[in-house]
Amino acid sequence: MVNLFAMFLLTMLMITAIAIVRTRDLFVAVMLTGIFSLLMSAIFFILDAADVALTEAAIGAGITTVLFLGALALTADRERTVPYSRWLPGIVVAITTLIVIYATFDKPRLGDPMAPVHQHVAPWYLEKTPELIGIPNVVTAVLGSFRGYDTMGELIVIFTACIGVLFLLGGTNGKGIQPRSNESEALDVTLSHHVIPRVVGRLLIPFIVLFGLYVQFHGEFGPGGGFQAGSIIAAGIILYSLLEGEQLAFAALPRWTLMAMAAGGAILYGAVGIAGIAMGGNFLDYSVLTNDPVLGQQIGILIIEAGVGITVCGALLAIFHAINARVRG
Amino acid sequence: MDVFDIISWVLFVSGGAFVFIGGLGAIRLPNFYTRLHAASLTDSMGTILILTAIMFQAGWSLATLKLITILGFLMLTGPTATYALANAALLSGMKPGKPDPDEES
Repeated sequence: MVNLFAMFLLTMLMITAIAIVRTRDLFVAVMLTGIFSLLMSAIFFILDAADVALTEAAIGAGITTVLFLGALALTADRERTVPYSRWLPGIVVAITTLIVIYATFDKPRLGDPMAPVHQHVAPWYLEKTPELIGIPNVVTAVLGSFRGYDTMGELIVIFTACIGVLFLLGGTNGKGIQPRSNESEALDVTLSHHVIPRVVGRLLIPFIVLFGLYVQFHGEFGPGGGFQAGSIIAAGIILYSLLEGEQLAFAALPRWTLMAMAAGGAILYGAVGIAGIAMGGNFLDYSVLTNDPVLGQQIGILIIEAGVGITVCGALLAIFHAINARVRG
Repeated sequence: MDVFDIISWVLFVSGGAFVFIGGLGAIRLPNFYTRLHAASLTDSMGTILILTAIMFQAGWSLATLKLITILGFLMLTGPTATYALANAALLSGMKPGKPDPDEES
């Protein structure tokens, strides 16, 4: 039954992907991309990857769509047709597909316990997590502690991407908020007439942020953690600034706060690592943080997850505002 | 067969029927507003019936509580999204009661 459902979802995924490629209306393409991410999230969930599913749903279907729409407001909403031969791309895609299909013949079956990937370090992680770290969600243990270096790298990637986007868009030029064009002021006026969405938004936004905090601090027991929580909270605040106007969002979270969040989270992560060295352990070795190694691991994971959440939230909001601050021209 | 099972299956089938009719209407009806009206059927009636059916399957448990919360969330967001779409279409100058001028499909 689950296999049937997975086949159905994969078929829908293929249809959506073909539709994205074929449509010339970029607005439609953005909406289809959102549907694609939602289907992808359902597939991740069927594969028991609840943590990944949560991230995909929040970032792929939620925030990416908003960012794409913001970009579309700055550019054209029709794809320009470039006259070129379709044969060369077609041949390249066909050959690549054949190579990938050939490679799947060597792939172990889905969920095969004897697959090499399940024989390498995974059994050790599963066996040692209750003893060394003592939290039920092994994913969080692997991500936060055993593979703390990798997660730190991911966080730095997000931080660097945020800096790169801000440099490209010129969101912060030291002069604070850029003057808004007449067009976007008109947009604000029409949005303030949307009484029903604003009321419902005010009702829901506190719960969205609360759910984000739950996902943040419940990540040791269930699916969740910093990446998911940061994007959920960012989604709530983006919803707020869409409904109530950007000025009010900036009143709640000024631009310098977002910068401080994006940098501060990464610094917090690194600081935990340095603290480990200072207390006589290795970099990102949380066991030495307290007298009880297991408690030390838990505290370390809690702090680095908070750092991840803060950076992700700050980076996403900074990128959103940077795209919105651009004047069309 | 349990009474709960029968109730839940009746709800499942009728919810599925509403979703099907909604999907059919979203494709077949003549203009944007009528299509939106059909699509909103899946948001409201379809969601209520199917989630209630799942609640009967779950019985008295934490899952039912979560389903009630999800139902409440969808009851707030679904009609709001429909309203926002219709309002945006009206503000962008689409007149109700006429076939769409730029019908693509």
